[in-house]
Amino acid sequence: MIKWPLWEVFIRSKNGLNHKHVGSLHAADAEMAMTNARDVYTRRSEGISIWVVESEHISASDPDEGESLFDPANDKVYRHPTFYNLPDELKHM
Amino acid sequence: MQDHLYNFLLHLGDNALVLGHRLSEWCGHGPILEQDMAMTNIALDLVGQSRNIFQLAANIKGDGASEDTLAYTRDAIAYKNVLLVEQKNGDFGKTILRQFLYDAFNYARYQRLLTSNNKDLAAIAEKSIKEITYHLKWSSEWVIRLGDGTTESSRRINEALEDLWPYTGEMFKPADYEIACHEAGIYPDLDGLKSDWDEEVKTIFAEAGLTVPGEAWMHDGGKRGVHSEHLGYLLAEMQFLQRAYPGQEW
Repeated sequence: MIKWPLWEVFIRSKNGLNHKHVGSLHAADAEMAMTNARDVYTRRSEGISIWVVESEHISASDPDEGESLFDPANDKVYRHPTFYNLPDELKHM
Repeated sequence: MQDHLYNFLLHLGDNALVLGHRLSEWCGHGPILEQDMAMTNIALDLVGQSRNIFQLAANIKGDGASEDTLAYTRDAIAYKNVLLVEQKNGDFGKTILRQFLYDAFNYARYQRLLTSNNKDLAAIAEKSIKEITYHLKWSSEWVIRLGDGTTESSRRINEALEDLWPYTGEMFKPADYEIACHEAGIYPDLDGLKSDWDEEVKTIFAEAGLTVPGEAWMHDGGKRGVHSEHLGYLLAEMQFLQRAYPGQEW
């Protein structure tokens, strides 16, 4: 079977929005990854811009470190901007 | 003149439909999932283009004709596609090379149809050229990749070149309806078509490390309904449902 590297695909759905991870695919080089991404992930008008990056270049956090990385934020509600009294005139907050 | 336009439209539509059907035969058999989808995407583009063209042709013909009757109830002898597009898929390399040789031609042709004095045809060309531009990009990249790839990929694409090259001449040998449409301004700048194609093939082959074959004997006949034995089998499969159950709908 072919051993092509794995690539991660990011699509910007419209101007002003972030590129968002949509999935992955196999390709021999960046050019092929780009056409493959176009064919696999934008067939239904999902986007206007594509990024591809080889999966091996992504560093991921270790799930085993989840407690030390993320739990400490759980009891620090004051970090959310929810303790302000907003004037009535202010809309859309 | 209407006859010539009608025949020219059939020729355009048949090229797209037959090649689209050929590509669709790869569905579920692609070398990898991503290329399987790429080929079926292109197949769908081509079938869609043939629908647009056939609708136009059906309007001219009248008499209850529709895109479906044109696609499903004509026999091989009434099909006017070039012989190149009905050639069997072979291996992936052969499919790729057939696609490239045709895409380069199709791209040059639709560039011309953009300025057709037939407004409907020009509108279809404007919609189709975006798809065709991508088809050409895709097949060019693959020709380079296979030609300049491994010993095996290079051997296979060279074998495909030997098989397919004799089918390329027909594209540039205008049928009577093409000449008539050219003279009527429907199909502009017929003369430059071959040199545009030559240029594209030369550029991509150079990058792929392939040699452009010299003068060779060329098949023809498809444009006037004289086909290779492969088209009959293709139509038998494609038309089966409408032939067995006439008028059947989804």
